[in-house]
Amino acid sequence: MIGLAMGALTVAASLVFVALEDTIVFFYSPSDIVDKYPDVGTRFRLGGLVAEGSIDRKGEYVEFVVTDTANQLPVTFEGILPDLFREGQGVVAEGTLSNGIFVADTVLAKHDENYMPAEVADKLREQGYWQGGEDEE
Amino acid sequence: MIAEIGHFATLLALAFALMQGSLPIWGAYKGDTRLMESARAFAIGQFLFVSFAFACLVAVYVRSDFSVLNVWQNSHSAKPLIFKITGSWGNHEGSMLLWVVILAFFGALVALFGNNLPARLRANALGVQGWISIAFLFFILATSNPFARLSPVPFDGQDLNPILQDISLAIHPPLLYAGYVGFSMAFSFAIAALIEGKIDAAWARWVRPWTLIAWMFLTAGISMGSWWAYYELGWGGWWFWDPVENASFMPWLAGTALLHSALVMERRAALKVWTILLAILTFSLSLLGTFLVRSGVLTSVHAFAVDAERGVFILAIMAVFIGGALALFAWRAPLLRQGGLFAPVSREGALVLNNLFLATAAGTVLIGTLYPLVLEALTGEKISVGAPFFNKTFGPTMIPLLMLVPFGPMMAWKRGDLLGTSQRLMVVAALALVTAGAVYWSFNGGPVLAALGVGLAVWLIGGAIFEILWRVKFMRAPVAESWRRAGGLPRSSWGTMTAHAGIGVVLLGIVSATAWRTEVITTMNPGETLTVAGNDITFEGVSPRQGPNYSEDVGQFTVRRDGLVVARLEPAKRFYSVRRQPTTEAGIKSFIGGDLYVVLGDPTGDGSYVVRIYDNPLVTLIWIGTYIMVLGGAVSLSDRRFRIGVPRRRRVVANPAPAE
Repeated sequence: MIGLAMGALTVAASLVFVALEDTIVFFYSPSDIVDKYPDVGTRFRLGGLVAEGSIDRKGEYVEFVVTDTANQLPVTFEGILPDLFREGQGVVAEGTLSNGIFVADTVLAKHDENYMPAEVADKLREQGYWQGGEDEE
Repeated sequence: MIAEIGHFATLLALAFALMQGSLPIWGAYKGDTRLMESARAFAIGQFLFVSFAFACLVAVYVRSDFSVLNVWQNSHSAKPLIFKITGSWGNHEGSMLLWVVILAFFGALVALFGNNLPARLRANALGVQGWISIAFLFFILATSNPFARLSPVPFDGQDLNPILQDISLAIHPPLLYAGYVGFSMAFSFAIAALIEGKIDAAWARWVRPWTLIAWMFLTAGISMGSWWAYYELGWGGWWFWDPVENASFMPWLAGTALLHSALVMERRAALKVWTILLAILTFSLSLLGTFLVRSGVLTSVHAFAVDAERGVFILAIMAVFIGGALALFAWRAPLLRQGGLFAPVSREGALVLNNLFLATAAGTVLIGTLYPLVLEALTGEKISVGAPFFNKTFGPTMIPLLMLVPFGPMMAWKRGDLLGTSQRLMVVAALALVTAGAVYWSFNGGPVLAALGVGLAVWLIGGAIFEILWRVKFMRAPVAESWRRAGGLPRSSWGTMTAHAGIGVVLLGIVSATAWRTEVITTMNPGETLTVAGNDITFEGVSPRQGPNYSEDVGQFTVRRDGLVVARLEPAKRFYSVRRQPTTEAGIKSFIGGDLYVVLGDPTGDGSYVVRIYDNPLVTLIWIGTYIMVLGGAVSLSDRRFRIGVPRRRRVVANPAPAE
């Protein structure tokens, strides 16, 4: 019985890893994009800070710039932004790159004023820009 | 003063837990009846003290005593009373205390009502419960004391995170915890059985009701959380494959498997070793859920505490309990004698298949949830695994399982008749296929998968009902005869039917809300009318309003169908002044055919607003279906055969299943 279960799990695990190949989404900062330049059409997550003064609303479209202070990338998004989306705050957007613009279909910002996405905080800390603690919730 | 009393009560509860975790097991080893019996007194004492401590915490919240750090961090004098009370567990420290209260409550139930359990089994099981209590009480006292004082005393508090100020989210954690912690009973009984090296069908009869109770709470808790995410987060979705959701879903999958394998063990004394392993794994996944959510490994609304020390502590608790239990399993399981042979095609065989699929599904969710964490720890690479992964892996494992569900209860124990069963189910299969065809045709060749999904839902619901009709010989015997047979059917059969039909209802909701949802994002000027899925929605304008601890801009929308006003929706953007935090309140109207869901976005500057409108057909069925499943559990629990195992069961479960 347990042997059978292990067998089934093995089959499932191989399926899982095939699926992982196709569906995982990498997380990049604007600087990573300069370094790695992901293929056009590849989905990834972009994280950084919303650049000050960059939010431009055109009806239901919003354009803004995500920066990690070293590099930046313009983003366009259709829809309603999360409540805590603000200039100077951390943001994670998911979508694809097209003509040098990141077309996001999802924008995440945590429901907390001091929230800094963990990935963003790490990247910024690496660059010595942001000195905040692990989390100040 | 109240805080100090609460702190002291927690310490005393720990003392009781220490005795509960040692003396009875020693007694069981030595065969000393008095020591074994002491488990009951300790369990009850521990429950009294820990719940007294929790009452103290609620008291300092109600009194808004901001000299207590926890109250200051999570409460405010202007907060409505109900959220002052629920805020006591809407934070890390309080929720961990609640965890132990529920744990001790289950222990006390065994102590009070487990009269006909064998003395040795009861002593060992309560002893193991004691160990879990010790670990968590020690964790609370060492790293997460909810009674810590603050000096100087602040004038007012920092308020509770506004999105947690919500009634269904207030009920969600206790339900979820009752589920998580309820599985500790199965775990403790499994460990007790391994310690004794003895297990029989009666063991399964004692364990199954506890598993069923835990499963019901967990089902209700997950459903409540999903419903909250749907209306509160303003994205119109009901499941995001968020790691925190997965954390509660994995024990549910394993627990569902355990429920079914314990059935085989109870009836046929087979699958003993596997059932014990599942009991251990289910609670391990509950602990993992607690760890993932509480350690701050995951960034989410649930991660109250992002504190490395706590994370390491919970990881240590997990390592000890899971590692220890599995080691004990490896050492003692060979002692357990297998029994009850069965043919592959039989009720047992069907339940084994159920277990394989559920275990595989739990495994895929586990990998999808942990893979990013492991990868980041090993390579530093940051990735996310989202819905596409789970759609590719979870879907293919669930679909064959759901297709097999109607076969299971129709099969005979020991040796079943696959051909005969298939022939009997022909009617249902035909009904399902016809429905799928009709759906496909009426949506002008609408999505094929969605039509098949509806067919599968009909197959599940129809199969469940058909099983009962078959058993009462409906149409094959006089009506009076069928009626008499229906009265004679055990409650557990009715429970199975209800729960299985509930899955069909959930599936119907999922399929239609996914395949036929309409989403419109646009800007609207006051006075403008927009037609979405047959609703004429007029935007009347936005006006400010003042709440107890927030101010809000409320959008007024009038919904007409054929010129008649059918709803007025008031989606709002709230601003909680203490935390300086905005929230979005969706305007939702549930019609019979589905939900109309309106979200007010930002003003564009020229008087118009961004507006997001969804039409989610039949989405409510997702939550109604889960409560049908819970109802099925409750019906099954009221079965007479359970009451032989644990008498007065009825009082225990007087109100675990909120009707809706």
